[in-house]
Amino acid sequence: MTALSRTRYFLDFAVSSLLRRRWRTLSLILVYSCIVALLGSVLLFGTALRREAATQLSTGPDIVVQSMIMGRHDMLRAADLDALRGLRGLRRGEARLWGYLYDSSAAANYTLMANADTAPGEALVGEGVARARKLEPGKLLFLVSPAGKFLKVRVKSVIAPKSALISSDLVLLNEADLRAFFSVAPDLYTDLALFVANPREVATIAQKGAIRLPGRRFVTREDLTRSYESLFSWREGLVLVILAGAVIAFAIFAFDKASGLSSEERREIGILKAVGWDTSHIIAQKLIEGGLVSGTSFLIGFILAYAHVFLFRAVLFEPVLTGWSTLYPRFRLTQEIDGLQVTSLALLTILPYVAAILVPVWRTASADPDEVMR
Amino acid sequence: MIAHPPVLALVLASTLSALVMVPTFVFALRLLARWDPSSGNEEQLKLEKTTYLVSTLVAFVAVVELASLAAFAFNADRMAVLFVGAMCAVGTLNASSYGFPTLVAKIAVFFAAFVWLVLDRTDNKGRDYPFILQKYWGILLLALLVVLDAALQLAYFLDLKASTITSCCGKLFGDAGLGAGAELAGIEPRLALVLLFGGLAITIALSFGTARSRLMGRLLGLASPAMFAIAIAGVISVISVHVYEQPHHHCPFCLLKREYGFFGFLLYIPLFAATGSGMAAGLLSALPARQSLSDVLPPLLGRLSILTISGFALFGGLSLWKIMASRLTLM
Repeated sequence: MTALSRTRYFLDFAVSSLLRRRWRTLSLILVYSCIVALLGSVLLFGTALRREAATQLSTGPDIVVQSMIMGRHDMLRAADLDALRGLRGLRRGEARLWGYLYDSSAAANYTLMANADTAPGEALVGEGVARARKLEPGKLLFLVSPAGKFLKVRVKSVIAPKSALISSDLVLLNEADLRAFFSVAPDLYTDLALFVANPREVATIAQKGAIRLPGRRFVTREDLTRSYESLFSWREGLVLVILAGAVIAFAIFAFDKASGLSSEERREIGILKAVGWDTSHIIAQKLIEGGLVSGTSFLIGFILAYAHVFLFRAVLFEPVLTGWSTLYPRFRLTQEIDGLQVTSLALLTILPYVAAILVPVWRTASADPDEVMR
Repeated sequence: MIAHPPVLALVLASTLSALVMVPTFVFALRLLARWDPSSGNEEQLKLEKTTYLVSTLVAFVAVVELASLAAFAFNADRMAVLFVGAMCAVGTLNASSYGFPTLVAKIAVFFAAFVWLVLDRTDNKGRDYPFILQKYWGILLLALLVVLDAALQLAYFLDLKASTITSCCGKLFGDAGLGAGAELAGIEPRLALVLLFGGLAITIALSFGTARSRLMGRLLGLASPAMFAIAIAGVISVISVHVYEQPHHHCPFCLLKREYGFFGFLLYIPLFAATGSGMAAGLLSALPARQSLSDVLPPLLGRLSILTISGFALFGGLSLWKIMASRLTLM
């Protein structure tokens, strides 16, 4: 008998043996799939979020310059941008004016930003703002500043939802409107956005800029990407650690299922031994059974996780993994499966299961035929 | 520590492996002291019964360790975005002083596990436990390696901090740098190629003789790890530059990246498989001949040498193809 056909017979026998104990197998697969689905959702959602953040950041400025006073954020002057012009390799620099506004009527924070393309009396609003204030193009938006100033603007359009992760809470206004609303002097800006021609020169340009403008903080896009990556990884890891309890409970469940032998099973093993199977054959056959259960459950669990994350927007984990806000963006996650995540998921779920059944399987297999048939 | 999911998965895998190997180690000591196949007393029967469990457990650990080497390398590459200065796996491994020692320990565990699995399979074919003592000496060694690997890996992941400033592969494998990486990168391309293809020719020739001559088999056992070292040196000094088409980029890890079509996996998987099977064939040829295995051993050695030949040939062929197809001309 060749190795291939022997494996086929083993598989055949394992399938029929699992089917003979239909209910036990089904309950095991049910619990196992749930564990895979739970952990898989965390991993898939985390990967998709990280990808989304990286895509959004890739369109932003290469370097952001902020002024600091006594360790706190301060406004910059227009002259600061002039000091940086002429830095070799710097393609473009712009001074940005933006700030936050707490809107008590919607109990939400907006980001108000000056935009060169917005005419006086007009505004472009993000998807979250439109949702909170029930706005649509043509409607009026009323804002009250902390000092009690009043601003009335007409909504020109709602910003396309494809950039919702960043633009959800955004209100774009004309610069003069914004300055008047917050009473900001004409040459003050919130920060500078610098665009660099060659991405490899970003660090050097930030260093040179810091020499020209001491006391200012230069944040590169790489710094931001790294922070987001750490933040999402950390949150993902935290949820997984919490779920470790569930995995341990599942391993105990699997151990228990594999240890308890029905009298029929004992008889089966006794017969197999009597017809010439030895311990290693029975171990192999039982491990193939475990492999089939694992494979089926992993597949079902992974499909469930995929559906949970991409069809139902990960309703179970969203608040923990994304963070919370009234204007939380409604964005579409990019569907993506990553080999390393699948491997991690397999290690995190299949490994505890197999480790839990090894000893019971051996104990079953090494029993003496007369002992088990008695 | 960075609680990144693949990190958690790797720590779980190595901790479970180490936990399994500790009682196995104790059992191996007992078996080596008490094993007496001529006796039929209860203790001997118990030992014989438990060998099935130990075989299964160690096989489980071995398979887990084989998978975790690939996951470790891939994860190191993926984590490079977290560290200032890192551009590929080298930066991540360099971010802690435990990084490279962990990788070396993982590679050692890989080969030890590979050889042990072959030895276990061979021993199970004989009815009279032909290599039982050798197998349990092997378990002692493997257990130490697995525990060392788990400890190093844990220390490495605990030591990693997102704020670490590390250096990229250009520094470690640069022509002008100091240290082993830079030395390897500086090898004359012609010399590296002569060593690489000469070594491959000798190793493949030895593999052809393994099934017939025990001496050739033993020599193959020595030649395979040497060939592994030469191959890695060849990758650093000459193959990598042809893949990147950049005369100063010598990194053996950037090959694993998507940008280069995961060419590294294509190159390293046959290399690791061939080295492992060559070492296993060497060990089987060096062990004393056993009557109970006289029918089993020759075909097994034949299969191992086929794996060795095809692995090394694939490695050589792929390298040659990359060098010929590259737009970079060094010689």
